Amino acid sequence: MDIYLPIAEVSLDVFVLLGLGAAVGFLSGVFGVGGGFLLTPLLIFIGVPPAVAVASSANQLVGASLSGVMAHWRRGNVDFKMGFALLLGGLAGSVLGVWLFTLLKRAGQVELTISVCYVLLLGTLGFLMAIESIRAVLRQRVPGGVRRKLHQHNWMHGLPLKTRFRRSKLYISALLPIGLGLGVGVLSAIMGVGGGFLLVPAMIYTLGMPTQVVPGTSLLQIIFVAANVTFLQAYTNRTVDAVLTLVLLVGGVFGAQFGTRFGTKLRGEQLRLLLALLVLVVAAKLAYDLTIRPPSLFVISTEQP
Amino acid sequence: MIRQRGLALALLVVLACGAGPARGDGVVADLSSHLIAITTGFTGASVVLFGATEGRGDIIAVVRGPERETKVWRKGKVAGIWVNAESVTFSNVPSFYALAASRPLDGLVAPGPAALYRIGTANLKLQAKPPATQEEAARFGAALIAEQQRDGLFPTDIGKVAFLGERLFRANIAFPANVPTGTYIVEIFLVRDRDVVSGQTTPLVVSKVGIDAEVSDFATRQAAAYGAIAVLGALVAGWLASLPFRSV
Repeated sequence: MDIYLPIAEVSLDVFVLLGLGAAVGFLSGVFGVGGGFLLTPLLIFIGVPPAVAVASSANQLVGASLSGVMAHWRRGNVDFKMGFALLLGGLAGSVLGVWLFTLLKRAGQVELTISVCYVLLLGTLGFLMAIESIRAVLRQRVPGGVRRKLHQHNWMHGLPLKTRFRRSKLYISALLPIGLGLGVGVLSAIMGVGGGFLLVPAMIYTLGMPTQVVPGTSLLQIIFVAANVTFLQAYTNRTVDAVLTLVLLVGGVFGAQFGTRFGTKLRGEQLRLLLALLVLVVAAKLAYDLTIRPPSLFVISTEQP
Repeated sequence: MIRQRGLALALLVVLACGAGPARGDGVVADLSSHLIAITTGFTGASVVLFGATEGRGDIIAVVRGPERETKVWRKGKVAGIWVNAESVTFSNVPSFYALAASRPLDGLVAPGPAALYRIGTANLKLQAKPPATQEEAARFGAALIAEQQRDGLFPTDIGKVAFLGERLFRANIAFPANVPTGTYIVEIFLVRDRDVVSGQTTPLVVSKVGIDAEVSDFATRQAAAYGAIAVLGALVAGWLASLPFRSV
């Protein structure tokens, strides 16, 4: 059954969209990543114009993330203080990112920049995470394994504005999560995603947060960053397709609920290894696409009157 | 030649204004509908063109969508990856271009009138913006037409204009699901001895209607409110969906 999307101006099968929403929602529930990094390329693949795909998946993330946060919140797995610090940086970063996006669009290099950013970031992250989680899994197999220090002290602990984050059992400078939020905000606006796939590993490895608290806290900040991106895109580019978003959400929110329950049954190391593999697969696919000769050497972009 | 073109143009204008056709070589045509309504279930549409000629001759119909500024990028390989390397911008690209004729187009019209009335994609007279050279304009123009054909916006199949008897004719004009919105112009030419002797133009509007039209209209006119509602809607949907799982 086809449905006509008023902003995207294409007709698509409603069941394909529902299934896509459910699959991505499930992942978002399991890993605490919004799933935008999968949703956006898939939407483009089935025929949604890239600009609309980017903006509408941001809109979809708002709903899917809220649903995910509620599920995590009930288990007490959300650090609101940390989320707020991340958010401060994230909002500033997404404004900066939308500005950069406009510059790149004018130069005709948006799609290339998006792909290269994905390949570099996903490739590096996936590789590091895979190594780390494999080590962790192996360490557990050895009874009475080596006990590590709680955490290493380095330059990051010398920063001012030290704050206690109770839920995360951390006493670190508030500048760290704010800076992290800023960086992720810029990248998420350029790449059209919530930034969870960057935030989750950064929270685990850079900030040293307990794995259980990470997905809920990351989703919390994604709600606001995605809401900000949705609004800016709707206002400046008129590319948010509310009908597309709604269909994706119907599938997505239920997927997210089941994903969250599935996620709590997995151990932290397994969770990280799975996410690492997923990230590596997407990176490899994108890198491959960059190097093969495109089916058509010419690309057309229409200026809307 | 120049006089002949001027005369034909004048005829076109007169006919378009609804005045009666000149005796002996006129053509009168209309569409079964002047509106293609894009609704939620839209998967393409077709419109019937029908009319009558005075005297013998062949019919060519040209359907042209609203013109848009279009940029064509050519990809090149830089350091192992494919990037958008060069571009040419054309200022007057029709968003849709389809033809229908009562006989195969080859040799039906002389090159002069074909160029004058822009019959055939080779005669679109795409205008490249500086600093494109003539060679670039030709190369990128051809690529643009090929891309539009691939997307179904410049259908390569020429529609069949069927004559019912000597004077009555009809044709089906098909529009794909991705047809751009706007005001189209359908031009109907009467061709005799390889020359256009008469013509008529009639408008066709492709427009979104119903809830889809309201959504896209609202998104354009009240962008800020639309953005806010889109965010709120998503929040409500997310919250509602988490309710059945509360007891878990």
